[in-house]
Formats: sequence, C-alpha cells, structure tokens
Amino acid sequence: MTALTDPPKESFRLSMLIYDTRYRSLTIQVVALFVFMLMAAWLINNTAQNLAELGKPIDFGFFTEPAGYDINQRLIDYDNQDSHLRASFVGLLNTLLVAFLGCLLATIVGVLVGVLRLSKNWLVARIMTVYVEMFRNVPVLLWIVFFMAILIENLPSPSDYRGDNPDASMYLWDSVALTNRGFYIPEPLFSRSLGDLPVFGAFNISIDLLALVAVLAAGIWGAGRIKHRADRIQEETGERPTTWYQSLAVVVLPVAAVLVFLGFHLGYPALKGFNFQGGVHMRNSLIALWLALSFYTAAFIAEIVRAGILAISKGQTEAASALGLRSNRIMSLVILPQALRVIIPPLISQYLNLTKNSSLAIAVGYMDITGTLGGITMNQTGRELECVLLLMLVYLTISLCISLVMNWYNTRVKLVER
Amino acid sequence: MSGTHAHSVAYVRDTMVDEQTPPVTSFGIIGWLRENLFAGWLNSILTFLALAFIYMVLSAILPWLFQSSWTAQSLDECRQQIDAAFGASADGACWAVIRERYLQLIFGFYPAELYWRPILAFVVAMVALAPIMFTGFPRKMLWLSAAAPFLVPWLLWGGSVWMPLLVIAGFVLAFAVLRFGTPVIGELGAAPLALLLAALWWLYAVAPINGAIGSMIANIRMPAVAEALSADADRLPGEIAELEARAEALQRELAEADAAKEEKVEAYEAAIEGEADAPEGAAALGAEIDRDIVTMRAARDELAYLRKIIGQKSERLSEARTLLNGIEAMPENRARRQEFGAEVERLSDALPASVSGYDSVQALPGGTPEDDRATLEALLEAETNLRTAENAIALVHQEVGRIGLEPVESRRFGGFMLSITIGLVAITLSLPIGVMLALGRQSGLFIVRTICVGFIEFIRGVPLITLLFVASVLLNYFLPPGTDFDIILRVIIMVTLFASAYMAEVVRGGLAALPTGQYEAADALGLDYWKAQRLIIMPQALKISIPGIVSTFIGVFKDTTLVSIIGLFDPIGLSNAIRADTDWNGIVWELYGFIALMFFIFCFSMSRYSMFLEQKLQTENR
Amino acid sequence: MKNSVILGALTAAGLIAGAAGAATLDDVKARGKLNCGINTGLVGFAAPDANGEWSGFDVAYCRALAAAVLGDPSAIEFVSLTGKTRFTALASGEIDVLSRNTTWTLTRDVDLKFTFLGVNYYDGQGFMIPKGLGVGSAKELDGATVCIQTGTTTELNLADFFRVNNISYEPVPIETNAEAQQQFLAGACDVYTTDASGLAATRATFENPADYVILPEIISKEPLGPLVRHGDDEWADIGRWTLNTLIAAEEYGVTSANVDEMAAKPTSNPEVNRMLGTEGNLGEMLGLDGQWALRALKAGGNYGEIFEKHIGENTPIGLARGLNAQWTEGGLMYAPPFR
Repeated sequence: MTALTDPPKESFRLSMLIYDTRYRSLTIQVVALFVFMLMAAWLINNTAQNLAELGKPIDFGFFTEPAGYDINQRLIDYDNQDSHLRASFVGLLNTLLVAFLGCLLATIVGVLVGVLRLSKNWLVARIMTVYVEMFRNVPVLLWIVFFMAILIENLPSPSDYRGDNPDASMYLWDSVALTNRGFYIPEPLFSRSLGDLPVFGAFNISIDLLALVAVLAAGIWGAGRIKHRADRIQEETGERPTTWYQSLAVVVLPVAAVLVFLGFHLGYPALKGFNFQGGVHMRNSLIALWLALSFYTAAFIAEIVRAGILAISKGQTEAASALGLRSNRIMSLVILPQALRVIIPPLISQYLNLTKNSSLAIAVGYMDITGTLGGITMNQTGRELECVLLLMLVYLTISLCISLVMNWYNTRVKLVER
Repeated sequence: MSGTHAHSVAYVRDTMVDEQTPPVTSFGIIGWLRENLFAGWLNSILTFLALAFIYMVLSAILPWLFQSSWTAQSLDECRQQIDAAFGASADGACWAVIRERYLQLIFGFYPAELYWRPILAFVVAMVALAPIMFTGFPRKMLWLSAAAPFLVPWLLWGGSVWMPLLVIAGFVLAFAVLRFGTPVIGELGAAPLALLLAALWWLYAVAPINGAIGSMIANIRMPAVAEALSADADRLPGEIAELEARAEALQRELAEADAAKEEKVEAYEAAIEGEADAPEGAAALGAEIDRDIVTMRAARDELAYLRKIIGQKSERLSEARTLLNGIEAMPENRARRQEFGAEVERLSDALPASVSGYDSVQALPGGTPEDDRATLEALLEAETNLRTAENAIALVHQEVGRIGLEPVESRRFGGFMLSITIGLVAITLSLPIGVMLALGRQSGLFIVRTICVGFIEFIRGVPLITLLFVASVLLNYFLPPGTDFDIILRVIIMVTLFASAYMAEVVRGGLAALPTGQYEAADALGLDYWKAQRLIIMPQALKISIPGIVSTFIGVFKDTTLVSIIGLFDPIGLSNAIRADTDWNGIVWELYGFIALMFFIFCFSMSRYSMFLEQKLQTENR
Repeated sequence: MKNSVILGALTAAGLIAGAAGAATLDDVKARGKLNCGINTGLVGFAAPDANGEWSGFDVAYCRALAAAVLGDPSAIEFVSLTGKTRFTALASGEIDVLSRNTTWTLTRDVDLKFTFLGVNYYDGQGFMIPKGLGVGSAKELDGATVCIQTGTTTELNLADFFRVNNISYEPVPIETNAEAQQQFLAGACDVYTTDASGLAATRATFENPADYVILPEIISKEPLGPLVRHGDDEWADIGRWTLNTLIAAEEYGVTSANVDEMAAKPTSNPEVNRMLGTEGNLGEMLGLDGQWALRALKAGGNYGEIFEKHIGENTPIGLARGLNAQWTEGGLMYAPPFR
C-alpha cells in the first residue's frame, strides 16, 4: 500500500521556462513581444535616419498653410486660400458622401437583383445572372473609368441646350438637366430662412435643415406611438384600429407646416453663361463613381441576398402558410427576419469594401480624401509620410466605426435568436 | 358490388383511354414560354421590358463591334477605313490597336524573344496547382507543386541556375536543424534556431556563394566568351546596316505605292461621280485599289517586322559591346582592385580613432586636424574606387559565368503578365503568412493574439491604394538607408501583406468550421500543438478554405489594376501609355473593352471553379 | 520563398544594394545602365512603341546622357513615374536623373533638395477652347468649367490666375492627359489648361484641330528641365553639360550627320574643337573621356534635331520653336561657353 505522495517540490529552474507548460506560454509571449518591439524599433529607427538624411523631419505644420488649389465638389465652404487641413476635411466629407450614397443605391439594386435572380421568369433571371457575373469579374477601377467615359461621351454638353433649336432638352418640365458635366436638379430654397448655425467656427449648418429634421423625427416618433397604441388595443380587444391616416398626418402635416413657414420653393437650373446656374449640381465624377461603386457592390450584395433567402429552409414557408399567413406576410414576418440574420454581416462588410473602394475616386478626379490629402496636398507639400499615415488613420477610423456597428448589430440579432 | 354499380351508373368505361397529348400550351416551346416567360401579367411585363433592354443594348453595341477596322496603322486611318467601308456616319471599333498591341498588353515590355519563359512559367504554375485543386492526379505531381514556387520566379526573372537551388538549400538546412536538433535542444529551441539559420543563410550566404560559383565558371569561360563576343560585335553592325537599308528601301517603295494609290483613288472617285454609265471601268479600278491596299499592308507588316529585328539586333550588339569592354578591362580592374584594396587597408590603419566611423568629410566635427581630414578623404575615395572595380568585376563575372537564364528586370514586366505575377506571387506568399496569422489569432496567448488581430484589422481597415502609396513613396523610408528594391518588388511586398490579412480570415473561417472533436481527438492522441496542427487540423481546415482562397485570389487579381495609379504598367496603365502614342491618341473603348474581356475570362473561370469546389466539398462533408 | 524572390531578383538585376554613396557616376558605370525617370506617357515627350521602345523629347535627353557616360544610348533603364512618385523616386536613389517635363521652382530646388540641370523646354501654362465658344481672352472665362491635370503646378497657377482676376471657375481635376482630352472633346469642360506644349500636342491629335484655339494668355513660366539629387556636384555637372552640348551643338551647326567628320580633325571653331575633344581635355575634367560629347550628339543629334524629330513642326504635334529657338534666333536657348 503506497501512500499518495506529493509531487516532489521543485524549486524554479530556468529550463522550466521552456519545458514547463505553465511557464512556456509566458516565455513565448515575452519573446514575441520582444521580437515585435525590436522590429518596430528597427522600422522607426530606419525612418528617422532616412528622414534626417533627407532633412525632412516629421512636421504637421504644413496643415495650416493655404492649400492653393480649388475643389469643385464640396459640402462646406472652401476656397483656395483655406488651409490644407480644411481641404482634407472637404475631402473627408466627400468620401463619406459617396460612401453613403453608394451604400444606399447598392443595397436597393442588390436586393432587387438578388430577388429577381430567383424569379421564375427565365429571361429576367438570366439577365440578372449576366449582370452579376459581368460586374463581379471585372475590376472596379475599370468600371469606374467605364462609367465616366459613358457619361462623358453619351450625354449632351451644356452647349447643346443652347440656341433656338437645341440638340438636347431638359427633362421633367424643364427642371432637370442631364449634361456630361453632371446632373443639374432643382434645389430647395427658403425665402424666410432662419440662417446658418456655425459649428466650432469651422463650417455652417443650415438651421432650416435642422428644423426640418427635428420636426420629421418628432413626427416619426409620434407615428411610432400611434402604432404602439394600435398594437396594445389589438392585443386587448383583438381588433386593430385603422391608424394609417393618423400616422400619415402626424408625419406629413408638421413638416408641411414648417415648409410653408420657411417659404419653401424650388430653384430650377437654367442655362447661363458657360454652364447651368442654380439648382444642385451633381458632378459627373461623383455620379460615375457613385454608379460604378453601387453597381459593382450591388452584384456582390445580390449574391448575398440570394444566398440568404435560399438559406431559409422551405419548411419555414410551408409552416407559415399552414398557419394561414398570406404570402407577403410570410415574407415580412417569417422569411426576411431570418434571412436578414444571414444577410446583414456580409452586407456590412460589403459596405466596408465600398467605402474603401471609394478611394479609387482619384481615377475620375472626384476630390475625396485620397484626392485631397493623399493627392494634391501630398504632391504640393512633399510630405509623403505624414499624409499617407494620416490617410490610413482616417480610413482605419471609418472602418472601425463600421465594424463597431456590425458587432453591435450582431449581438442584437443574437439575442433575438434565442 | 361492381355489378350494382354498373347498373346505377349510365356509362362506365371498361378500357383504358389512349394516352392524350397534353394541351398545346403546356409542353414544348409554347409550354416552356408560358411557364417561364409569360406566367401572369407581371411576368409578361418583365419579359417585354427585358427584351426591350436586350434590344437596346445589342443595337448599340453590335454595329460598333462589327463595323470595325483591324488593319489600320493609326486611329486616323481607322476612321478613314471605317468611313470608307460602312459610310461616313458609321461609328465602329478600331480593333487595329489591339492587333498591334495585344502582345504588349499581355507581356508588357518583356523581351519578345523570351516570351516563352512567362508562358512556360504560367504552364508550370497551372500544372503545379492541378494536384492541389483537383483530385485524381498522381500524388507524385505534388513534387512539382513543391518545386514550382522556386521554378516560376526563376523562369520569370531569370538568373543563374544555382540561385533557386541555393534557396532550396536554405529550406533543407532548416529542416535538418529541426530534425536533428530537436532531440538535442528540444522543439522550442530547434524551431527558432532553424528559422534563424535559414534566414542567415538566405540573407548572407546565398548571394556570395552564387557569386563565387559564377566567378569560378567565368574564369574558365572568359577567353571563349570574349572571342564569341568580338565575333558578334564585328558581324552585327553589317547585318544591322543591311537590314536598315532594306527597311529604307521598303519605306520608299511604300511611299511611292501610297502616292500611286492616292492617284487611283482620286481617279476612282472621279469615275464614280462622272460616269455612271461606265461602271466596269470604275469597278476594275476599285478592285485594283483593293489589291494595292493588300500589298501595301503586307509591305507595312514586313517593315514593322524589319524594324523589330533591327531593334533586337542593336540591343544585342550594345550588350555584346558592353560586355566586351568589361572583359577587356578585366586585368586593369583586377589590378585596381589589388591596388585600392592595399590602399584602403593602409589608410584605415593610418586613420586616427577620432575620425574613424565617419562616412563623409563634411560630417567631421569642427576641430578635426587637417591631416586627419585628408586621410579620411583619401580613404573614402579609395573605398569608392575599390567598390567600383569590384562591381565591374562582379558584373562581368555574373554575365560570363552564368549558367542559367538571361535575367529580366521586373521593371520590364507589364500588362496581364504583371497582374498575374503580382497576384500569384502575393497569394502564394500570403498563404503561409495567413496561416500563421490565423493560428496566432486563434491562440490563447494574449500578446501574440493582440499583435495578430492588430495587424489583420489594420490591413483590412485601409484601402489597398494607401498600401500602394506606401510601396511607392514610403517603403524606402522604412528600410535601412541605401536599400533600394525596385518598385514592383515593393508592390509585391505590400500586396502580399494585404492578401495575407484576408487569407488569415479565410483560414480562420476554415479553422472555425472544424468540429471541436478534431482538436480533442488530436489532444487525446498525445500530439503536441504543432503536430496536431500539421497532421490533423490544417489539412482539413485548408481544404475547407480552398473556395475562400480562390475568391481571395480573384479579389487580389482584380485589385492589381490599382497599380496603374502609382505609375506601373498593368493593363490599365499600359492603355494610358498606348493612348500617349501619337498614332493611337484618343482611343478609349477598344482598349478598355479588351482589358475587361480578358479580366472577365480569367475571373469568371476561376469563380466557376470555386463554385464547383464548393459543391464538391458540400457533398463530401455530408 | 519570400526571400527567394527578392534575392533572386536582386542578384538577377545586378542590384546589389550597396550604400548609394555620393558618386552617382561610379554607380552608373558599375551598373552599366543609366536609370532614367520619365513620364508614364505624354505625347511627343515620352511614349512606348509596339516593341516597348521608348521615344520622345524627354527620352532623347536620357539617351544622350547614357551615350555620353556609358557610350551606349540604349544602356538605359526607363522608370516611368507619375507626378506623385517622381520626386520620391529621385530622392530615394531609384533613378539617377529625372527627365520628366518637370518645372524648375524654388521649392523643388531648395526644399525638396534637387538640382536642376538647366532648361530643355521653356513652357508656360495656356488655355485651349473650342472656337464655337467665341471667347478671345482668358479673362472672359468667368464661370467656365476648366479641365486641369492634377499633381502639377498647373492647378496652383490656375487658382492664382482666377483669384487675381476676380472671376470664378469650376475646376475638373484629371489624372492623365488622355482623359483630359476625352472630356474636353466631349464638351464636358469648356477649357483645357496645361502647359502650352501639351495643349499644342493634344490639339494636333484631334480629328479637327482647326475647331479649337489656344488663347493668347500664358499665365505662368514653366521652365522644364532634367534634374538630379542634391549633393553630387560631379554628376550634376555631367548632366548639365550634356544638355549644354546638345544646345551648343545646334548653335555651332554640329549635327548627327556631320559630327563624325568634325570630330575627326580640328575645325576652324575652337569651341567646337574643345567640345568634341579634338582640343583640350574638357571630357577628362568631367570625369569622362574626350569623346563624350561626340557620343551624346550621335545618340539623337543636337537640340534642334531632337526638337524637330519629336515635337517640331513636321511632327503631328507641330510645335514652333518660339522661346526654345537659339538665342541667336530670338529664343532663350543659350549654352554657356565650352572653355
């Protein structure tokens, strides 16, 4: 009968760092950290040495100097005497603008194509397949250049609108002009405007716009309350009161009132001098980039949507119809909520791709952040290191924000899953 | 029972009715149409809309595609030819630019006589991929797959045959250390040692050994080579002059023929306008003009060919002369090497400790004595001279002593070859890096995981174009002063980093898809981490991730077009360069169309393959 | 594997990374090739033909320099660079000389630390418009849409011009000349502005050049020339005097056709004799041999010949000499004496 003996009490030996699994992972990590720091130090040291040799120490002072160049597409005031920093900011806003518009259109087109690919109509399904394969298998840069060339070559130039018997005419009762310089659409104007609200002294936000957004938000919130009430009544009595006109009124009437109060009217573009004046001018670089990015990404989104819908087993549809649901209710109550859980994560990573691909704006001269900070500013100041690092930082921040949204959504959907 | 039934019913069929054909609307073409195109009014509307769309697209594109010119020498000529053939209002494609430049669009500036090498490299890569991508190939072909990563770069970039062998030797060395070192110092000691030794071997041993072998062979071969070269140098100028004379004569003939043709064309036009009643004469004249055009086209092609040959010969001549000069200067350079070597030695001994370590006189501190300054200056100059002599000798040795392929600088890569090279190399290199990153991201070691996650998220968070900016303007800053990779290697490095982050995510997906049982089974067998990874986890995880790897490759391949933005000649960059040629200035759609078509063919076939694989894997896993 | 590619290509290219010391000439000689930075494609100035051979006005200078230094006008590696990458490539030592229609400015000289070797083309920024626009002066362009090539000094000049004249415009930034041309022809912009040489070159390739006019205003001075890094004066001297040789040779009537004859025995012009090495030892002073100028001239002829061949009036580009005529003919081309 042997008594259990404690394992021999060993004192710590150096070799345990390697052979003892308790310490081994620590050793590996320390070594990894050491190697990593060594490499970082090596890179930084090289850079410092090289920069010293060139006489170009890292210096962000150039940001406050006047940029000296003009930007045609801008969301905030800017002229060529403003600083490089402001020029970069204009570029950043442009990036966000095209990314936002692109995500919107890509989603619409992508969902439409994805659903149509599953259509029973043979011809339509084939056309959609051709569309998807065509866009997925040709580089997006080529598509951007293509769209730009199509806009430039096929649309009339403003001069074609001139004269007594012009070659081209405006659309929609002379309110929209499609030219190869871009699209001119009516702009909203307010004759009793409330003025602008300066933000940090850097740029102005129209108070009219803020008021409209606030009223609209309040209206939507009100509609939500009405719906909530209707739900409650339905649960209590089994009868759902008709509320659509109430919701509509709550949303529309206040907005209409504000519009009337502000003296809303449309400013139409008109040919004056070399160009159309008035109205909102969407430049063709923006449109080409927007369409190309949207259609390219939409091809991927279509595949995601199709896969998402196909992933829901047929039993779900059958069970839903066994419950007596109508087909559109099956779609909105059974299929879509489940499909969305499959669709949304890859969809958001497509949004991420679209945002990153918007950096190709440089190919058509759309002044996004790559075109301003990573383009003309870098060129004129010769500060490559500062500009490229900052450019990466900006994109990284945008990407991380989108990733955060994605993670937030994922956790939310997971909770619903139970 | 049946009897009562028979009486209560007026009529009962007692024979089977012959099989009826289904209604005409539910089978055959009409049935198919009804079911697939006109089921319900919404579907019918969609069908008509789709048909209208197809008609619109085709009616815009088809005439342009086919009312085209294939033979012109410039855009102007194209327009003339199209106007002449299809009427003045016709708007046709000028495919002549593709005919003239397709080789350039595919191979870039790669020397024409060496086109076989990229083609062979491509074939080797495909054959090497076959046993990995498809089952049913003999296992022995995997040896070729293992050799391909060394064979393909050697074929593309050229160089001595020792080079890939020496590089392979590094792997052998690492393997040997791992194999025989493990029992002695344990795995954790042997693995880093193997890595370190291999790295040292590649960085410090391969180039000198390669040089030494080259010098050895060069010294043996030198006289024979010199003789052959001088023969070449004597012979080639005559040949070039002869060819040039022929080219000039041809040019003159062409000009004359052109003038004659123009006259005939005028006569023809006059005949057509003036005498509608004498069509035979005009027709004969027209036929004659057509014949002239054909002969002239042949002459032009011959002229272009002559020019090309002349270019090649001149290049060979200039190479021969340079090398010959080098060989002739050999004794002199050797003497200089000896002389300056001795001087450097002498001066560095004489150099006082206070000034040693400075690499320029200007950098010396203020109070340095004049003598020391002079010594340093002399030393620096002697060192420069020594280096020059050594370089000159090394260059000649390299040229003369090379057993292998003529080296081609990566600068000459272009067109689709550049895209494929960047794509293939980046994907191949990113695979091992991606696997390591994925393992790091999955591991329980906090610091390792953090570093891996940080790297992956950083690379995935920035657009490729910014990484290419790094390659084009910053990478040289990050490396030790004086290091200079050429731009294509820098781009390959950055694209590899880019691809490995995506690869890591693909592999991580594969790892995540493995059932935990596999890990536990490996543990139960008593395998350690690396053995478990190598024998159990990775083979399965990688197999699952192949479709993902293929789509990553498609993505990277498409993204290589971005290098045109930093001035490299990928197909899009080349199309810009071609448009800068005065002959083709103003051409757009033809080039873009051709490039898009080529990309489509590549990417579409790969994505089809990936889908096939996915289906196969699905059934296998079930 | 990673290393194999890099190392393989390194040795293959003979690109043994030694410290790029001060002596560019030695490096070039040891390498046996001149690394010359050029445009990625600009009509008349640099463009590859179907065989991948580069030619053009800027390329010709590189060839002359390679001939002078290495004795072979084809011993060149052409490195095509964009407006963005050109200065980094030169600063990092990737190229030995940059000959890519680059404007000589103070910041580039001083802040970016380059040495300009002289001027091989006097240019200025101009405007091109369709005739139908009915505009006679750039000052009437208020509200016009202007196509500009980015990454150059042109956009700064343009902004200055419109600001000073207090008129507005709508800039359309464009990466390459080819795209600018496409937009301009389609009417997507009213005006195209770039260097006057570029305008003429572009106009020449239009289907109907007569429908377009170049406005009389030249709003900037754009002296274009080759440049090298700061800090190697010997190399800069060689580059500078190669350029001067080409210019002076035209002045003295030395052409590619008669240069052999003139170099065979001393001529009546001592300056030519010194240049071609039949008198004195100017070549040795530069660290070359006596035949350097002869080789440079044989590569593509003198300045006038190069001009006529690539961008002159008999080419599709059809530029007149203008400011770029010899000083004896009212131009600005003036080579210092060979003495």
